[in-house]
Amino acid sequence: MLSDKDRIYTNLYGFEPFNLEYAKKRGDWDGTAALIKKGREWIIEEMKKSGLRGRGGAGFPTGLKWSFMPKELKDKPHYLVINADESEPGTCKDREIMRHDPHKLIEGALLAGFAMQAHHAFIYIRGEFVHEGSEVVQAIEEARAAGLLGKNAAGSGWDFDVTLHRGAGAYICGEETALLESLEGKKGQPRNKPPFPAMAGLYSAPTTINNVETIASVPTILRRGGSWFASFGKDEKNTGTKLFCISGHVNSPCVVEEEMGIRMKDLIEKHAGGVRGGWDNLKAVIPGGSSCPLLPAEICDTVLMDFDSLREVQSGLGTAGLIVMDKSTDIIYAIARLSYFYKHESCGQCTPCREGTGWLWRVMTRMVKGDAELEEIDMLLDVTKEIEGHTICAHGDASAWPIQGLMRHFRPEVEARILAYRKAKKAA
Amino acid sequence: MPKLTINNQEVDVALGTSIIQAAEQIGIEIPRFCYHDRLTVPANCRMCLVEVEGGPPKPVASCAMACGEGMVVKTDSPMVKKARKGVMEMLLINHPLDCPICDQGGECDLQDQAVAYGFDRSRYSENKRAVKDKPLGPLIKTTMTRCINCTRCVRFGEEVAGVTELGQLNRGEDAEIGTFIAKAISTEMSGNMIDICPVGALTSKPYAFKARSWELKKTESIDVHDALGCNIRVDSRGNEVLRILPRLNEDINEEWIDDRTRFAYDGLKKKRLDRPYIKDEVSKKLRAVEWPEALSYLADKMKTFKANNMAALAGDLCDAESMFALKGLMKSLGADNLECRVDGAQFDVTNKSGYRFNSGIAGVDEADAILLVGTNPRREAAVLNARIRRAFYERNIAIALIGEKMDATFEYEHIGTSPQDIEKLSNARTGFAKTLKEAKNPMIIVGADVFAREDGLALHGLLYTAAEKLGVVKDGWNGFNVLHHAASRMAALEMGFTLTNPFDLGEMGFVYLLGVDNHQTLDNIHPHAFVVYQGHHGDAGAHRADVILPGAAYTEKSGLYMNTEGRVQRGRQAIDPPGQAREDWTIIRALSEECGNALPYNNLAQLRSALTAQYTAFGMVDEIAPAAWGAFGDIKGTVTAKVFENPIDNFYLTNVITKASATMMKCSAEFVMPDETLKAAE
Repeated sequence: MLSDKDRIYTNLYGFEPFNLEYAKKRGDWDGTAALIKKGREWIIEEMKKSGLRGRGGAGFPTGLKWSFMPKELKDKPHYLVINADESEPGTCKDREIMRHDPHKLIEGALLAGFAMQAHHAFIYIRGEFVHEGSEVVQAIEEARAAGLLGKNAAGSGWDFDVTLHRGAGAYICGEETALLESLEGKKGQPRNKPPFPAMAGLYSAPTTINNVETIASVPTILRRGGSWFASFGKDEKNTGTKLFCISGHVNSPCVVEEEMGIRMKDLIEKHAGGVRGGWDNLKAVIPGGSSCPLLPAEICDTVLMDFDSLREVQSGLGTAGLIVMDKSTDIIYAIARLSYFYKHESCGQCTPCREGTGWLWRVMTRMVKGDAELEEIDMLLDVTKEIEGHTICAHGDASAWPIQGLMRHFRPEVEARILAYRKAKKAA
Repeated sequence: MPKLTINNQEVDVALGTSIIQAAEQIGIEIPRFCYHDRLTVPANCRMCLVEVEGGPPKPVASCAMACGEGMVVKTDSPMVKKARKGVMEMLLINHPLDCPICDQGGECDLQDQAVAYGFDRSRYSENKRAVKDKPLGPLIKTTMTRCINCTRCVRFGEEVAGVTELGQLNRGEDAEIGTFIAKAISTEMSGNMIDICPVGALTSKPYAFKARSWELKKTESIDVHDALGCNIRVDSRGNEVLRILPRLNEDINEEWIDDRTRFAYDGLKKKRLDRPYIKDEVSKKLRAVEWPEALSYLADKMKTFKANNMAALAGDLCDAESMFALKGLMKSLGADNLECRVDGAQFDVTNKSGYRFNSGIAGVDEADAILLVGTNPRREAAVLNARIRRAFYERNIAIALIGEKMDATFEYEHIGTSPQDIEKLSNARTGFAKTLKEAKNPMIIVGADVFAREDGLALHGLLYTAAEKLGVVKDGWNGFNVLHHAASRMAALEMGFTLTNPFDLGEMGFVYLLGVDNHQTLDNIHPHAFVVYQGHHGDAGAHRADVILPGAAYTEKSGLYMNTEGRVQRGRQAIDPPGQAREDWTIIRALSEECGNALPYNNLAQLRSALTAQYTAFGMVDEIAPAAWGAFGDIKGTVTAKVFENPIDNFYLTNVITKASATMMKCSAEFVMPDETLKAAE
């Protein structure tokens, strides 16, 4: 179990005010200028050394991502865009950072911005986060007033400012290029890649998009050293500490910072008060936000919570939002509900996702009742394969995976439902 | 120059070429819906997926992926086939099965590709989605349930036509194409959306349920509604034109045509002159007669006039052959009072480079600064306007206007309204004058109608001076352009169908009108003059005539036309003229015989060789004869301060064909005069 001295987010639960005075007491903005003075190569090197992988879900190494930005500033400015459009069902970590520890995010923005030669960062925040947005704005204003942002930010010699932009609550705007479109004032629809944002992003300028948790972790990593961060975790590819969000059928749902690679069972038992009705009452866990395939109890017994361990069991760490379901759960209905979500949030651009998500949802809805044919299970899986990998962004994949997970682990239950429905119909 | 391998075939392509284009170069067809050569690439239909070796283990959209050195692409691997079949299935699950009643049937991309990639049955047992139709005006019929959301029409509107009224509303499976506020799409180019729509969502309203594409006879021809000479295909069945479509010509219209060209064809069936008429000298009423009577009556009449008391005028829609024949007839009678500038324009006709579109229409693509003088290209040549719009949209070139303000599809600087402003500009050192002088390919576009004024010759001279001072003519580039909007004008000028000595039309006792319906001319004819009208529509000219000879419209005769660039193109006959109407040159040939001096040709080939022998330019079909730059106009003359006015108020009603067209009337009511209060007939 992670000890308190090794936590990055020391005010995760809001026991202290979020303001600058208390943030400084917690160690934020301490020697920021000195870190910047060490140069951007040093920062990127430290980030690579830390092994930090993007906390938004895809897990791309952060230092490597930053190094993709052009080395020289040309005719267009560089931008840092921070993705605070946290909309993945089961995920609520960025929200805690923004409302209780926004200065970590702002300081991280300055350090990251400097490392990629950006003078401006945009925080694109989910529209529903009204309260969190206003606290981030307050924090930005405090920082500006204290000279931590603006000309010669924090005495570093680097001019830097942060702008908060509120989204309108579309899930797809959390996809990085749809986010850029939305930020530019257009309809939020993902762009084709390449060109990647590091070449042509916001207003066609070189842009890096990072998750809130990624950026907020940066100051502490730089202060304590990349090797400190890398000393946690399962192996060199799954390092550091991570915020886990545990919700669903647990006794005390929570957001908690833990070491990467902790056992799922430990995480749930120690921090979330265990599964409702005991561990044996566990049916399944969706380990990384709604788009990751669910895992049945027998896998949950042993699986570790990190990128690669979860990939081995055909799921993923995603945003590390665990949705715990006990045996009272109608697992078919649960997945059908997710299908509705993905159908509702598809942007409508690509054919397979626009047409396919509705198809999946409709078949799933029938399967909840059992009003389907047994062959339709295979057909449904085939349809998910037609969507997966054939779209511009990963929304199509995300709509396919939950159903694939359901059929992989709970196919007998779906079949039983269909047979029961058929029997009941015959009897009537 | 990346070199890549597609299906084991090596291909060298230019940097920035996409895989779909590279495949096309070596004859490998990749299916597509959203991708269109002339529009931006959204990559949303996902039909063009291909496998690129060494990449991530999923197919990529070949329209959006640029070719890279050493890429190995497969367009027929199992992965690709599976992906395309999947996409096709997705496209079809919500697409109605109404091909038998769909006008797109037979020329539908979805239909064609479903044959290659579709299943023979549907696995989709849910209800299909229905989408409400959108009112897009009198030209475009919508059946939005058929829409596959490829957004070609949206991109066309935004990028080519310059209207942003169309867009994709809502999201996910509720996404639909529509106007953000319910209104018709007010662009002269809207018909092209029908062509680029890969399915039957947007179809032609006037053509609805008229025919199946395979029943139609397709005749390649040339348009006459403006002077660009857009290449068209006339689709007819029996003796009826059922629709008109564009033909590809990169130098002129690319693959677009405007709505007048496309939809005015119903005017070819209405108000037609289908037999000869003679006005009774006593009752002053028109009497239908047979050809022999009409011709002998007319020939007898003509003998009573002295040669210098006779004039012949050629209108806007004439083919070169009929004008050549008419000129021959008049010359044989010793009459040389000829004029084709029936709008009253006066300009110097001695130097060809002074009155034509020297840079060529495609020259707009190279221009980096454009000065418009007294013209609204959107109304006078909508297809040219689309090129200017693209130059503005893609390259953000500087455009300025001297003339009446207009509703342009590009941003422009309004720097004056009168000839004095041209003078001022050509003497200026700053502002737009500087932009033009510093431009690599500067361009001036002058509307031909600016010369329809007393001081036309002096204005012509002033424009020459301005062109010289602003440096629009340089080595390898002539940016001085006159934009005509009458299809016949350049051919008539080429063959000298203009006055040799000034004559007063009001003094003439005999006037031969070859398709002249302009009020500027008709009003000047002496009330007692004897007037012959040869043409195809019963409009103003026929109304004034003493003898009416029914001719053929452009779809009913083969003829040569010279466009505003000076390019000669060949129009072909698609259908026969109605009733007793005849091809125009044959009427003049018959009349010449009646006059006792038969013209020396008996068929079109002989006429053309006579024409070509005398005016060599007509022998170079699809080419532009060179013209040397040199002084023109009355350079020392003085110009008045009269401001320029745009000649065309109503794009949809510009000539006798459009005025007879119900479709054009509807467009005019919808787009030009939408606020006019409707009044009941009494």
